[in-house]
Amino acid sequence: MKVLVAVKRVIDYNVKVRVKPDNTGVDLANVKMAMNPFCEIAVEEAVRLKEKGVATEIVVVSIGPKAAQEQIRTALALGADRGIHIETDEEVQSLQAAKLLKAVVDKEEPKLVILGKQSIDTDNNQTGQMLAALAGMPQGTFASEVVVDGDKVNVTREVDGGLVTVQLNLPAVVTTDLRLNEPRYASLPNIMKAKKKPLDTQSPADLGVDLTPRLTTLKVEAPQTRKAGIKVGSVEELVDKLKNEAKVI
Amino acid sequence: MSILVFAEHDNSTLKSATLNVVGAAKAIGGDIHVLVAGQNVGGVAEKAAQIDGVSKVLVADNAAYGHQLGENLALLVAEVGKGYSHILANAGTTGKDFMPRVAALLDVAQISDIMRVESADTFVRPIYAGNAIATVKSSDGIKVITVRGTGFDPVAGEGGSAAVESIDAAHDAGISSFVEAKMAESDRPELTAASIVISGGRGMQNGENFHMLEKVADLLGAAVGASRAAVDAGFVPNDMQVGQTGKIVAPNLYIAVGISGAIQHLAGMSDSKVIVAINKDEEAPIFQVADYGLVADLFEAVPQLEAELKKVL
Ligand SMILES: Cc1cc2nc3c(=O)[nH]c(=O)nc-3n(C[C@H](O)[C@H](O)[C@H](O)COP(=O)(O)OP(=O)(O)OC[C@H]3O[C@@H](n4cnc5c(N)ncnc54)[C@H](O)[C@@H]3O)c2cc1C
Ligand SMILES: Nc1ncnc2c1ncn2[C@@H]1O[C@H](COP(=O)(O)O)[C@@H](O)[C@H]1O
Repeated sequence: MKVLVAVKRVIDYNVKVRVKPDNTGVDLANVKMAMNPFCEIAVEEAVRLKEKGVATEIVVVSIGPKAAQEQIRTALALGADRGIHIETDEEVQSLQAAKLLKAVVDKEEPKLVILGKQSIDTDNNQTGQMLAALAGMPQGTFASEVVVDGDKVNVTREVDGGLVTVQLNLPAVVTTDLRLNEPRYASLPNIMKAKKKPLDTQSPADLGVDLTPRLTTLKVEAPQTRKAGIKVGSVEELVDKLKNEAKVI
Repeated sequence: MSILVFAEHDNSTLKSATLNVVGAAKAIGGDIHVLVAGQNVGGVAEKAAQIDGVSKVLVADNAAYGHQLGENLALLVAEVGKGYSHILANAGTTGKDFMPRVAALLDVAQISDIMRVESADTFVRPIYAGNAIATVKSSDGIKVITVRGTGFDPVAGEGGSAAVESIDAAHDAGISSFVEAKMAESDRPELTAASIVISGGRGMQNGENFHMLEKVADLLGAAVGASRAAVDAGFVPNDMQVGQTGKIVAPNLYIAVGISGAIQHLAGMSDSKVIVAINKDEEAPIFQVADYGLVADLFEAVPQLEAELKKVL
């Protein structure tokens, strides 16, 4: 079966972001960019399905500027077969990303679509669910286990109270949680091979999707910072402070 | 303006997070209705009718909603929600699962995890793991919103007397089904509702050692949380994870034990009133946000803490 994976180019998760002094956004100039960590897990899951003989072809899609091709190449080096780049320099909000992915799904007809649960830049946690709704597919969100069984897939989901397993008809959408797997690193030979794998570029207009944002960011501010407090010398002092100074116990 | 609030529950108890969501609805202002969707939820509906400030409770009692499957809930909420200016749900795993589906069905954006209301169309929300705070304005006719509970005071769960109305919309998308649930059982307070939280990280070394934290938690009436590293290492279940991609907590007192203080962890707890860190590495970033830091080996400090608390409590 064909598996489609959506990967997003975001700020590297180790980078400490800084809000721009004019409060229009965060400073992304000369900042290290990478594949969203949850998307790495999505790619890894697809590759494992292929290694198990469940998946036959892995198509990876990314929406974003030209540079997003780096993340597609990374996915190809990790084992995806071909890439689709939907190129735009405009801001793409989750609803619009879902519509673009829906157009790709209509064309490619994958049996399984795997996305990250959340982009670590917008922290939206929306696109997979929106895509599933638009495509009329069931969804297994925040997955920690994915087992394909014939024309169904069982997805174990990380929920507030524990774990819930659901069974979904294929085609289905899965969004990944951190514990689903541990992504591998791409080997140098595979990085070289990935350069030759097919990568098709399209525009949002080709797919008939209007990118007009529904949400306008009025300002972006730095959070209130906490001041470091004091170091206490002993547990006894700690308990005394908590009881008599902070009065929280 | 009229606001539909999705009630969070497990078919028998109304989750207290719903009261914070109604708090957010009040901040927006308007007529507030609560939707209770589930199976055999009469008791939950009665409780919801007592929430302060709610004028109507809509009850969709049907097997299709019994397991809160996102596919079915979304169809229901999109249909019922059409008549409202705002649809609100708690930003827990249930709301995060079905609300974006509702938004897509209504062809509107979703505004995730709001922590403040500026006006009926303008909201404040964290981005980049809380390292930046965005103010966003929506141009959509219906605002579909998930609410970060720690940003809003809960309204009173008693004293109201809303009309209860049942709706018979039974939406079964027929594309998904429930298989099983493995829920963590605990007598301790829920993480997101507790006024004291004690969390352990990789420094705890194994799951057994979390008993040390549990003993302290029992003395303080606290909930026990964990870092992602502790969850990943299999020390404790995933529902204990605090952070950017886990639970967001803001208790009166947060005690971090053997946790380094990665930004993803801080994103989930830095709004706590008082933060205590116990870590043997005095350079650990957690000390930059801690009101009281104790540089110590946790295997000595935690038993001492238990003993000391026994003396003073
Ligand atoms: C996309 C993404 C999302 C993430 N989401 C989350 C999230 O929601 N929540 C989260 O917590 N993490 C999250 N993480 C992981 C995060 O980046 C860190 O890896 C994690 O928080 C580290 O956990 P830790 O502090 O327990 O472990 P470590 O960083 O390994 O720290 C362990 C600490 O214990 C101390 N220690 C060790 N032994 C002792 C001892 N005997 N006595 C006292 N102190 C001791 C050490 O000095 C050290 O500071 C996420 C990561 C990614 C990439
Ligand atoms: N621009 C994009 N290109 C490709 N995939 C995306 C894009 N935006 C979101 N996604 C996918 O949707 C997931 C969740 O994103 P979000 O809803 O933005 O938190 C990501 O992990 C990706 O898998």
